[in-house]
Amino acid sequence: MSAQLVLSLSVVLILALGVPVLFLLSSKLGPQESTKNSKNIPYESGITHCVGGCDNRFSVKFYLVAILFVLFDVEIVFMFPWAVRVRELGYFGLFEMFAFIALLVLGLIYIYRSGALKWQ
Amino acid sequence: MSETAVIIETIVKAVVVLSVVAGMGAFATWIERKVLAFMQRRLGPMHVGPYGVLQLAADGIKLFTKEDIIPQNALKPIFVLAPIVAATSAFVAMAAIPYFPEFTVFGYTVHPIVSDINVALLYVMGVASVGIYGPLLAGMSSANKWSLLGAARAVVQILSFEVVSGLSVLAPIMMIGSLSLIDINDFQSGGVTNWLLWKQPLAFLLFAIAGFAETNRSPFDTIEFEAEIVSGFATEYSGMRWGLFFVGEYANMITIAVLVSIIFMGGYNPIWFIPGAIVMLLKVSFWIFLFLWVRAAWPHVRPDQLMWVCWKVLMPLALVNILITGIVLV
Repeated sequence: MSAQLVLSLSVVLILALGVPVLFLLSSKLGPQESTKNSKNIPYESGITHCVGGCDNRFSVKFYLVAILFVLFDVEIVFMFPWAVRVRELGYFGLFEMFAFIALLVLGLIYIYRSGALKWQ
Repeated sequence: MSETAVIIETIVKAVVVLSVVAGMGAFATWIERKVLAFMQRRLGPMHVGPYGVLQLAADGIKLFTKEDIIPQNALKPIFVLAPIVAATSAFVAMAAIPYFPEFTVFGYTVHPIVSDINVALLYVMGVASVGIYGPLLAGMSSANKWSLLGAARAVVQILSFEVVSGLSVLAPIMMIGSLSLIDINDFQSGGVTNWLLWKQPLAFLLFAIAGFAETNRSPFDTIEFEAEIVSGFATEYSGMRWGLFFVGEYANMITIAVLVSIIFMGGYNPIWFIPGAIVMLLKVSFWIFLFLWVRAAWPHVRPDQLMWVCWKVLMPLALVNILITGIVLV
């Protein structure tokens, strides 16, 4: 069974990689790349040179959301095995998971209170 | 069954699934233009072929032969890689989805699933979420302010709603006790009243909203919001590179439509006299139509409203739903 899984997944992966690459190669059918005209400058609403640098730093809010995601996604990873076996684990598992969720909700409330999710 | 037969069967199934999905994605672009046009009392594409259906071919030829432009300051390898990541992750996620009930051709039973993984739901959600690297790499490598803004918004939006969709799908899994999409489908056999939609309405609603957000569909298309940030992460992309982002987006739409149909709407179980395969097609078509309908009906939301709704409304609701389901089940 596992050999069949490896086979099928690798076939899909090769096809799913190959099709986009073939699609991209199809641009060789059309006109070829020209390097010396102004087509290749970055789009900036008609300004020829990017004002103020193109790799500006952006707000720390974005990083905060990414960190929150890591926290809560790890929580979900722990909850998946519990969810599959919730009946067998019974009240013990339920209370353990409730305690775990309660701790994370406390964290979420702290995040609300400290204003990490305020965007304006 | 001999090994050669298994290998041939797997390759045929993979080719069929990928080509059907790619074809449906292309067809969906025409459907989208037509549906939006009719909802706005226009006709949409009419000139190429009957009712403009050959517009697909025209668009395809244009995209395939367009000049390959890489902006001068871009990080070339990453710029080239980004659309491939977006399309590949969307296609690979299709491998573990059962589309139809098994059927028999010439005495040979066919399971219409490329690889029957027993944690299929986890696999599909995991692989599909790799697609976030597409917008991220595209925006960071384009050397353009609009792209960078679009990439930042993409990461924030898709990551936030990843949490909501993960939490909302836990409640149905608690009831079913399996992550296999075939088990989830079989759990709901026996008519419309057995759909999980009626037992888990909140989870259904949350998962649908998260699906709209993860596929960047309106009203949550803040990462490609033309009026604000040009075209978001795809500003510098043209030709087939841009087309691959589009293919990935439509493949993701189909994945979400199939997932919602299987998890909440009874999957491919037959209803009355209608066979399962046709039921499944109808459900998926309805969901694709719903994506377009919502786009025609609702205005955009602002990114800060999106974050507010995700972290302060949807996520606590999903947690409460899990708690209630747990108390009822045990």
